[in-house]
Amino acid sequence: MSGETAVSGETAVSGEAAPRAGLVLAGVGYRYAGASAAALVSIDLRLEPGRVIGLAGANESGKSTLCLVVAGLAPGVIGGRLDGSVRVDGIETTAMRPHELAQRCGLLFQNAATQLSNTKATVFEEVAFGPCNLGLPVAEVVSRVWWALRMAGIEALAPRDPARLSGGQAQLVALASVLALRPGYLVLDEPTSELDPAGTRLVADALARIARETGAGILIVEHKTDVLARIADEVVVLERGAVALSGPAATVLADPRLVALGVEPPAAVRLERAVRVSGIEWPAALAEAIE
Amino acid sequence: MTALGSTAAGSTPAGSTHAGSTAAAPSIELDTVSFAYPDGTRALSNVALRIEPGESVAIVGQNGSGKSTLVRHLNGLLRPTTGRVLLDGRDVRSTHVARLAGLVGLAFQNPDRQLFAGRVSAEVAFGPRNLGVRGPALEERVRAALEEVGLAAEASTNPYDLGYSRRKLLALASVLAMRTPVLVLDEPTTGQDARGVGLVRDVVSRAAGDGRTVIAISHDMRFVAESFRRVVVMREGRVVLEGPPEAVFGEAAWPELRAAYLEPPLPAVAGARLGLGATPTEAALVAALVAGN
Repeated sequence: MSGETAVSGETAVSGEAAPRAGLVLAGVGYRYAGASAAALVSIDLRLEPGRVIGLAGANESGKSTLCLVVAGLAPGVIGGRLDGSVRVDGIETTAMRPHELAQRCGLLFQNAATQLSNTKATVFEEVAFGPCNLGLPVAEVVSRVWWALRMAGIEALAPRDPARLSGGQAQLVALASVLALRPGYLVLDEPTSELDPAGTRLVADALARIARETGAGILIVEHKTDVLARIADEVVVLERGAVALSGPAATVLADPRLVALGVEPPAAVRLERAVRVSGIEWPAALAEAIE
Repeated sequence: MTALGSTAAGSTPAGSTHAGSTAAAPSIELDTVSFAYPDGTRALSNVALRIEPGESVAIVGQNGSGKSTLVRHLNGLLRPTTGRVLLDGRDVRSTHVARLAGLVGLAFQNPDRQLFAGRVSAEVAFGPRNLGVRGPALEERVRAALEEVGLAAEASTNPYDLGYSRRKLLALASVLAMRTPVLVLDEPTTGQDARGVGLVRDVVSRAAGDGRTVIAISHDMRFVAESFRRVVVMREGRVVLEGPPEAVFGEAAWPELRAAYLEPPLPAVAGARLGLGATPTEAALVAALVAGN
């Protein structure tokens, strides 16, 4: 068993040098097993290496489902019916085995408690769990764990008990545990939801850095549009499982239809609107003040 | 600790401001409370805090600063390592857990630590039933609570068929149905879309309007500035700053705020840059701009 895992680990390493064709969804529909209605309807999306796409939309508009589909867990693990195609660097996700897919496309769940193994005594071991399962040499595991902890800004938590962390700390540990797999694409379902403003900025900056420096393509679900304004190249807004808006981040985030789609615009956009609605002239100094 | 402004603890006599109060909220006092978890992590250090009946208080601070640990002392889930927690002057140590449950309702940060029933309605009924509510009164409480969080149509649904954000609203409804005079919400807006945040805002303002004490932990500074009259800032297990939003988010407090890894909301920054004074909310900023025009 361990021999088999080691071999696939090597395959993945050589795979990293393969051309990166991007993560491409074409006409994707998805229906949960037993559900009467489709959760996703004809979604087209292209995530290039090194780019960040923000995914927004009202609750239950299909954002988390899209994450599961992109990462291959739906239908791969939870069943259901997939239409259209999801390709990661040219390979259909349905044709990949879970450990292959996990190295190409890492998924961070919305609820950190779902992500953590609950079997490890320290944060270090928790983050090492994934790379260990890939059968990597110990030295490689250790260096990946420290790299991932540093990227998430939580080196100081390494000796702590994962069960005794605050909600936000647990979220950062979950992020580090995905980073340690060094996936080519990262799918993040609200990675900052439980984080304080400083932690949110830390994660946002870390994600921008990861995209830039490692060439990872990042798909991030985020209600905090201020985070998307900061790091996303493009933003896609879902409504009832379909794409309602998509385009460059600045354009979509300033779109007046955003509010009706259940998405709070960034603070600067809101403030500008509040001032304009009051009928007074937009003070030039205010534009500078909110830069 | 720096106490800012005039609306801090002590200025409101118990119960006097809310004649329409349906339940008598107790005063809450943390008397130099310290707490260490069994693994030695020191989560609270000499926290002294008094919350008067009917106050709306937001607790803010970095992850791991002790906010959740603090609120778990209010309903006896955690007991201080040293110091005392007093409700109406009585040590909670000597208060029966069942009585505490009827006084202080706590909605957890993670709804999955709280939900267990097979139907949404059964989940919401569990708390009030334990408080002795039965029959039509119980049904009415369940209906009203689900209505308040926008889940009226989901009464027969299995809680785990709801998405995370709606499970979180369900956990909130199950605490609302207990109609405790003190409502404690741990990160109620996380994972909510614009509509969900609006529902939570309404829950807070309605509860405060009813004279209930509302205490919420939040990282959402806009929600904090708009929905609470008092802000308590925690850093490394201590209360380091407190006062009304105008003071805590005012320019003079920014260094302390930033030391606690927090940022003032954008309208506060804009107002200060334009020399308009304390404008913690969009409405306050717009009002100041209009007044200055």
